[in-house]
Amino acid sequence: MRFKKMIAGLAFGVSVLAANAASAVEIEYWQYVFDSRVKAMDQLIQKFQAANPGITVKHTTFPYAEYQTKVAATVSAGQGPDVVQLFYGWVDGFIAGKLIQPLPKDAFPHDKIEAEFFPIVTAMKRNGEYYGLPTAVRSLALFYNKKAFQAAGLDPNKPPQTIEEFVAAAEKTVKRDGSGNIVSEGFAMDMAGQDHQWWREVLVRQNGGVPYTDNDRKVAYNNEAGLKALQFYVDLQNKQKVGQLGFMDEAQAAFKGGLAAMTIDGTFRLGAFNAIKSFEWGVAELPAANGVRSNYASYFANAITGKAQGEKLDAAKKFLAYVSSPEAMEIWLKAVGELPARRSAALTQENLSNPIYGPFLKGLEYAHTTLFVDEAAQRQVAIDMVNRVLIQKQDPKESLAEAAKAEQAIIDRAAK
Amino acid sequence: MVTASPAKSSRLWDGMSLRQKRVLWAWSFLAVPILFYSVIRFWPTLEAFWLSFTDWNLLRPASFVGLANYIRLVNDPLFWQVFRNTAAYLVIGTPLSLLISFAVAYYLDRVTFMHGFIRALYFLPFLTTAAAMAWVWRWFYQPVPIGVINGFLSSIGIPQQPFLRSVTQALPAILAPAVWAGLGFQVIIFMAGLRAIPSSYYEAARIDGLSEFTILRKITIPLLKPTIVFLVVFSSIGFLRIFDQVYNMTFNDPGGPLNTTKPIVLMIYQTAFKSMEMGYAAAQTVVLFLILLVVSLIQLRVLKDR
Repeated sequence: MRFKKMIAGLAFGVSVLAANAASAVEIEYWQYVFDSRVKAMDQLIQKFQAANPGITVKHTTFPYAEYQTKVAATVSAGQGPDVVQLFYGWVDGFIAGKLIQPLPKDAFPHDKIEAEFFPIVTAMKRNGEYYGLPTAVRSLALFYNKKAFQAAGLDPNKPPQTIEEFVAAAEKTVKRDGSGNIVSEGFAMDMAGQDHQWWREVLVRQNGGVPYTDNDRKVAYNNEAGLKALQFYVDLQNKQKVGQLGFMDEAQAAFKGGLAAMTIDGTFRLGAFNAIKSFEWGVAELPAANGVRSNYASYFANAITGKAQGEKLDAAKKFLAYVSSPEAMEIWLKAVGELPARRSAALTQENLSNPIYGPFLKGLEYAHTTLFVDEAAQRQVAIDMVNRVLIQKQDPKESLAEAAKAEQAIIDRAAK
Repeated sequence: MVTASPAKSSRLWDGMSLRQKRVLWAWSFLAVPILFYSVIRFWPTLEAFWLSFTDWNLLRPASFVGLANYIRLVNDPLFWQVFRNTAAYLVIGTPLSLLISFAVAYYLDRVTFMHGFIRALYFLPFLTTAAAMAWVWRWFYQPVPIGVINGFLSSIGIPQQPFLRSVTQALPAILAPAVWAGLGFQVIIFMAGLRAIPSSYYEAARIDGLSEFTILRKITIPLLKPTIVFLVVFSSIGFLRIFDQVYNMTFNDPGGPLNTTKPIVLMIYQTAFKSMEMGYAAAQTVVLFLILLVVSLIQLRVLKDR
């Protein structure tokens, strides 16, 4: 008797669940764990659900280290998210694996995307289709320690604007002990951090070259421009002696510890640097050289997975449209500190005159986005190129040629 | 009808002899670990052999490529570099750690003053998480003004050393904490071995007037052979599989600088989980498996009692 009652209860419960499922669509959203991003997305989901009562969004997060693996494994097994966050550099792999589908043109017309978003959004375009849209974008800038500038007799409100001023400021702010060991860097060198992006998309271009051609499928820096860029970078340690690779392990640690006057880093570092109590810091555009300014921008985009079909696809479309709306971007900027991906939301007078966001936003106007095939491997090529010169005293020209060859091999293998 | 099957099974149980029952009991307990090992360990291992002949990259279904991964591996200069590094970890690490731990155990065995406390001190690093330890050592090796070692060197007028930023010093610099961390375990095992040698042998030898060194050579070491064999095999496998120390001490440029500290396991990790080339990574895993197998077999044969 009791058993029968239990069965009846269970059946009732199931039917209630089923009825709920029929009236409300649940879609799943995945991103990696980063506290402020998770909180911002929770906020967006709440607002979205309030505006769309028939849709619930389940928010799932994973540690960054295993994120890509999990997405790939679950989506290819027909499970997992309907809307997924992915790094723009993963898009080729995701398309090849049929993990994501092109954005439906009815909800996301191309002319509107191209008119309203920053041009770097084209990194999500393949074969005439957009595969995702970012909420926020990140660019690089020069962070400088105002206290160190003042101590060195520099104006703390006049950060370097050109590469010559940059080198001069680094030379003034570097501190060495009696044996010539650096005890506080003028510029924190860190090829494994953001310097490889700086070298690739900024220094090479400023010296008259381009890092790649043919949609970033052909390495093009093995020439005079690349050599000058590499020479400039290694000279910072060898000639001007204003920085030292490996000093305090990471550039951001050195800067945060007050033992580096300048560092190049991205918007994503703002949160960490905001915690600095012992000195005031400022942000400037990346220094211009030979009259050229450049920057590297990157972003995480949101895409609709191949799993979303029918009413889930409709819900996913609505959700994606909301998280790439100007309103969502403002919330994201406030909560995470990442720049809005739409011009109208980004280039407001308020944002442009903001001493922190301003330089990053200006950088977005002329930023480039490298279409990596394997970001970790390509970064490693740049790290090794500099290490060969600095540690093994290899001729920069040879090291550059070796790097170009190695990187081309990585790109060719991925294209297969 | 519902009661039929328990009755039948209990009749079956009653009909069994005590021996049969014991065997059944034993197997029913063993079944859990056997099942666990087959599903969690052996099956994936076999699967890795199959994967090594495919080009699986997580995103696309795997397709058979024959020996392509192995051919690529043989022609990959990085693999040979990594192979040399791994060999260096093994060839330097195993004898060094055994020598030190034996010396420590040999003398500690004779110390009675605060014996337990000293032994605990040696064992402590073994209990510490490798990752935490590696991060602390990474800071030890820093240039001035952060690094303790370089701070000491420059205070006595020796130029500071690059340590982890050098292609020659980095590997020994990583090996040092790895040896140090494993020491406690080896000391304990050696001491257990030393304690197991009957003291009457030593007494007889001393009455016969043998020197301490001869006693060590003729009695202690031969009788410690099983312990030594165990520790050689155990620590060799440990050094061949070294990963945590390297990964955590060269976190920003894993296995660097210029791959001079990269062991096979780290190469496998990067191939599999950074470049997503599962097939190629599986081929590397198979090679590592074969190396481990061969090294262990050789050691067992060489060190076996004749």
